[in-house]
Amino acid sequence: MTTTLDQVLGAQAFFAGLDDEHLATLASVAEPVSVAIGRKVFHEGDVADACYLLLEGDVALEMDIPGRGPHVLQTLHAGDMLGWSWLVSPFRYAYDAQALTEVKAIRFDAVALRSAKDTDKVFGYELMQRFAEVLVRRMQAARLQLLDVYGNAH
Amino acid sequence: MATLTELTPKLAPMEPVPFVVRSIRDELSDTFTLELDPPDGVFEFLPGQFTMLYVFGIGEVPISVSGDPAQPSTLVQTIRGVGAVTYALRQVRPGDVVGVRGPFGTEWPLAEADGHDIVFVAGGIGLAPLRPAIYSVLANRQRYGKVVLLYGARSPSDMLFTQELLEWGGRYDVDVLITVDNADRQWRGAVGVVTKLVRRAPFDPHDTVAMVCGPEVMMRFSAQELEGRGVPQHRIHLSMERNMKCGIGLCGHCQFGGRFVCWQGPVFSYDELAPLLLVKEV
Amino acid sequence: MPETLVLDRSGLASILSELRARDYLLVGPTIQQEAIGYGPIDSLDDLPQGWTNVQSPGASHLERRDDERLFGYVVGPHSWKKYLMPNEVVIWRGERTDTGFETVPPEPAPAYALFGVRPCEVAAIAVQDAVFMPTDRVYRERREAAFIVAVNCTQAGANCFCTSMGTGPAVGEDAVFDIAFTEVDRNGTLAYLVEAGSDDGAAVLQTVVGAEPASDADLAMLESVLQEAAASVTKTMDTDGIHDLMLANLRNGYWEDVGGRCLACTNCTMVCPTCFCNTVEDTMTLDGTTAERTRKWDSCFSIDFSYIHGGPLRMTPEARYRQWLTHKLATWFDQYGTSGCVGCGRCITWCPVGIDLTAEVAALRRVDARQGLSVPLPEVMA
Repeated sequence: MTTTLDQVLGAQAFFAGLDDEHLATLASVAEPVSVAIGRKVFHEGDVADACYLLLEGDVALEMDIPGRGPHVLQTLHAGDMLGWSWLVSPFRYAYDAQALTEVKAIRFDAVALRSAKDTDKVFGYELMQRFAEVLVRRMQAARLQLLDVYGNAH
Repeated sequence: MATLTELTPKLAPMEPVPFVVRSIRDELSDTFTLELDPPDGVFEFLPGQFTMLYVFGIGEVPISVSGDPAQPSTLVQTIRGVGAVTYALRQVRPGDVVGVRGPFGTEWPLAEADGHDIVFVAGGIGLAPLRPAIYSVLANRQRYGKVVLLYGARSPSDMLFTQELLEWGGRYDVDVLITVDNADRQWRGAVGVVTKLVRRAPFDPHDTVAMVCGPEVMMRFSAQELEGRGVPQHRIHLSMERNMKCGIGLCGHCQFGGRFVCWQGPVFSYDELAPLLLVKEV
Repeated sequence: MPETLVLDRSGLASILSELRARDYLLVGPTIQQEAIGYGPIDSLDDLPQGWTNVQSPGASHLERRDDERLFGYVVGPHSWKKYLMPNEVVIWRGERTDTGFETVPPEPAPAYALFGVRPCEVAAIAVQDAVFMPTDRVYRERREAAFIVAVNCTQAGANCFCTSMGTGPAVGEDAVFDIAFTEVDRNGTLAYLVEAGSDDGAAVLQTVVGAEPASDADLAMLESVLQEAAASVTKTMDTDGIHDLMLANLRNGYWEDVGGRCLACTNCTMVCPTCFCNTVEDTMTLDGTTAERTRKWDSCFSIDFSYIHGGPLRMTPEARYRQWLTHKLATWFDQYGTSGCVGCGRCITWCPVGIDLTAEVAALRRVDARQGLSVPLPEVMA
């Protein structure tokens, strides 16, 4: 028995609740990809031409600080959505994404996805709703990180 | 590209010249300013240039000039203590002698900015290399359109030159916007990264020359924000930090891609740098 | 066209005598630590007569020749920068005074006669001239004092690729030297076909006893000897568009491959005749009265090379290898209008793991990002 891309996507928590038509739209702009350990999924500054839903493996979001080397800002894991620079101008990746293990993921083409969400507003709403949840949670987490709560009390 | 010979028509200085320390003043817990008396009574420099400061027998470090170019009778340098030589510089007392080579390097594009708006974006100690340009612009205020200074510091107690920031901020013809990364409730100002100030700063992006100085990551993001607002890359200028040792283009340490930061920089236009800034470990 | 003279061995020896009479310190090829290096010489007897060096990536050894040639070998680990841009030289001294300190210049540099400079090395000296002559009085003093006796190559080593870089096997039209010669077998006897490259060189040649003008047959033989030498160069490097190839591939995953093999040992930069990077060390006597600044060779492969407060900018060996190779083959053109590589092959021979830059360039071409062949980003699964 083979599993179709729609079925793979439908089984992901990120897309829970999407109807079959929207899953089919997603599948039409998606392809499964793999990234070897140690390779970059994308580079800071490159055109954000895709986002990735991680199926297996771990990815580090990194920023290089000259003189200090790459700084890991966050790690992402199976089930996480990687990449949101495709959503807003100037559509360029803000960080490096480095595969910490062998990674399997679904790659969504950004141009096609943007066009699909603009054409089908309901699809667009459903998609943005899910991205908004990710964004808010990650920002909250980032702020908590910023507080350095394990640091020495002053 | 200008050749080295064109830029340094005479043999470049290899020996430090003794300057007498007139004063040393703490700016922050780790940052201090030296005032030095040039032996000839005059030290001419262009805003943005740096010198190599030498402590007898200890070593030499590149330090940007932070004083007023209209006051060449004193060499003013603001230094952060980060290593053996800067710690030794911290120990000098009035009357002591330190060695100086320079000035070296390129200047902030004040001539290019003539007739346009100016945005200074400074992060942390990056305000020091910009201060000579700010002095110069304020002394010739009528030449420019709007003048904006955006300054970001780690916390309120990490802000450099606070007295002057107050003074400049009090002028009607200068907009000073300040933000800190972290603050407690004593601080009534803005909290957030300096790049965020770019969006709300009052300048005409299509008629602006921007001068940016701070940690490389901060410059990278500030330049992107400026570009996002419509400032063309060639109108954005950054001051790069690399391992300057000889100051005269022949030790090789400060190369950034094909450029020698010591004499082709430290001030570069962003269009020269943008592609390389995205390559790691250049 | 300068006149070509034919000298026998005693004629060649009289060049050395004349140079010594002119107060030059004579330095030339000698056998040192089972390799051919450069060191002080008194006479032709000090040269590696009858020896040759056999090289491959990461290896070199000496072998006896079946003739008594004085120059039957190729370049070893030394280059003439050890005299013109020495590894350790005091560039000034400082004395404490009542009012602070004053600097005093170091002792004057010696005038060297460099005897047996290969064409690729003549080219390398020109490359370093472009770096140092405009601004560096320490180098300039040595360089202006030096007398260069070049020797054309009549055979190539396995790591030589001067023909790809346009630097050999014979000195070129624009080459800067005082005297150049070729060692040839002339009717069963070794002879030296010599020409002057400067007024000083011509003056020295005037003093040589027993010189005779080269005949047409001599010149024809010289041409064919040099052609055979060129034909004996087996290694090549494709330099077509090499500047853009390098700079378009700064983010190519290829660098990780070579970075994984490179030990960052700095050998290649130490043996390279054009590598000029240097550092200074400030020291002081224990009583604090005297300080000096010593200049030493440095290498872009050292971790500290790119240090700014905080740490080194180039932490990984791949970043350091990329810096070295892109500087040599690309950004050197931007800086000085020439290649930083002269094709001498030293970095190949003396690399402990045998990394061969000509092979690396070929490998990079195969994965040139501009052809969409760089190491792929996410691969589409079947």
